[in-house]
Amino acid sequence: MTIAEKLLARAADTDRVKPGQFINCSLDCVLANDITAPLAIEAFGQMGAAKVFDPDKMALVADHSTPNKDIKSATNTKLMRDFAREQGIRHFYEGCGGGIEHIILPDKGIVLPGDVIIGADSHTCTYGAIGAFSTGVGSTDAGAGMALGECWFRVPESMKFVFNGRRREWVTGKDLILYTIGQIGVDGARYRAMEFCGPVIEALPMPDRFTMANMAIEAGGKAGLFAPDEKTLEWVKPRARREFTVFASDPDADYVEVYEWDVGDIEPQVSFPHLPENARPISQVGQVPIDQSVIGACTNGRLEDLQAAAEILKGRKVADGVRCIVIPGSHEIHLAATKTGLVEVLLEAGCLVSTPTCGPCLGGHMGILAAGERAVATTNRNFVGRMGHPESEVYLASPYVAAASAVAGRIAGPDEL
Amino acid sequence: MAIKGTAHKYGDHVDTDVIIPARYLNMNTPQELAEHCMEDIDAEFLQKVKAGDIMVAGKNFGCGSSREHAPIALKASGIACVIADTFARIFFRNALNIGLPIVESAQAAEGIDSGDEVEVDLEAGRVQNITQGTEFDFPPLVGMAQTLVQAGGLKELVKRKLAAE
Repeated sequence: MTIAEKLLARAADTDRVKPGQFINCSLDCVLANDITAPLAIEAFGQMGAAKVFDPDKMALVADHSTPNKDIKSATNTKLMRDFAREQGIRHFYEGCGGGIEHIILPDKGIVLPGDVIIGADSHTCTYGAIGAFSTGVGSTDAGAGMALGECWFRVPESMKFVFNGRRREWVTGKDLILYTIGQIGVDGARYRAMEFCGPVIEALPMPDRFTMANMAIEAGGKAGLFAPDEKTLEWVKPRARREFTVFASDPDADYVEVYEWDVGDIEPQVSFPHLPENARPISQVGQVPIDQSVIGACTNGRLEDLQAAAEILKGRKVADGVRCIVIPGSHEIHLAATKTGLVEVLLEAGCLVSTPTCGPCLGGHMGILAAGERAVATTNRNFVGRMGHPESEVYLASPYVAAASAVAGRIAGPDEL
Repeated sequence: MAIKGTAHKYGDHVDTDVIIPARYLNMNTPQELAEHCMEDIDAEFLQKVKAGDIMVAGKNFGCGSSREHAPIALKASGIACVIADTFARIFFRNALNIGLPIVESAQAAEGIDSGDEVEVDLEAGRVQNITQGTEFDFPPLVGMAQTLVQAGGLKELVKRKLAAE
């Protein structure tokens, strides 16, 4: 069996599962945010449920519109906060101690290897980085999960991606996943589990793995999985406050497709509007002037992402006419970035440093584009109107490229500075 | 129940951000959401759509965000069924969960143009293009997907399960 099949079999309390099979899994965590929780809570009530299945296995995170951007958003967050209090849900976060859901859930040890998790947010697939089966669902599925502690799944086929060779300078997990989506397309892994492996993955730091797992959904994937290794355990152990299980695929596991790439051929990538699959190597981007650079999001809002941006921006200045918005992914990351001097480096370079929020990534607030404006962003989607006006444009890239572009005033790699 | 209406056709990868842009996600009622449905790719959609109409699209319909606001907005705008070559998986689940009928058929999606009168028989698994005089069969839903449709959505199913406990 593949790691995806083993994870699902464990949660379905059975020895074996096969792709295509319908199973019912017990859930280790159910997540919802300030956009999806109000509908999930409404569905929960309409189902006739009174108590959540296990308050400690629930996470409600206000992050999309935080700090609440308007009265309607504040009302949605209040509804979540009241529900969390009433149900005794510890893991309710907003503001202090909070941050972007997919950054704080693994950081706080709420999700662990071996878990099966549903979240009413498509980027819930992020926790595949630590070897959990986690996937995005809608609000009604989340409401049912809250009521029953279980969810039905169709066991997905698995695809294997083997990364060989050596990464070039400035090539990050973001570049590897943009390249992958560029190769297979935005529906290339539709309904499937993506499994990332090979020597490059074994050497890949955890933040890069989170970035890759995060974007599995951008290829249509149900999950993006990494088998836990020493790096995973080193990262997870100080955060875990309960037992966890580690799975890996069997050597004879079945895959519907296997891709094998030499990453030595891969340059930093930039995905052009309006689909993440429009990935191009940085050398073939041409002259693309920008109005805004956004560094953050559940994709690239970790401390190491801010360090990468600061490495480029230290002693340099953001170009005239460019707004460079840096968004730490959590309150703790914001604090660490402040203590280690990263925030000062970024502010001196002319960046704006915001409090944690999903904000501009989904065109919510904190950096919305006007018609005709163009942004490079470390976010995960560049659909029509994603960051604002339907006639604005978003180019996806790594923190290195987003920072270098902010300095150059056009999309550029660090080597061009 | 037969569904009959005018087709509104779109391309591949119609994402949930264009079905209902995130700037409206601070709202939750179907009516409020329907007022902005599809506006970023088709400003005239709301003027054109009538109750009972059918949306037709290419590959990977409903990709992107998990927002259930997307099928809710479509349904509240009057769309009675979505026919697509393929559906993104979260949208597929959401549509079944809230009771928005969907039909996965590459042939039907290909063989219908905007403005065609279309009839969908979900039980028989048949799409009829009345305007063009063509017919397409599609396979019935299986497993849990079928159970959900028969129950009238996930809320109903969970309600029964909780009542039985």
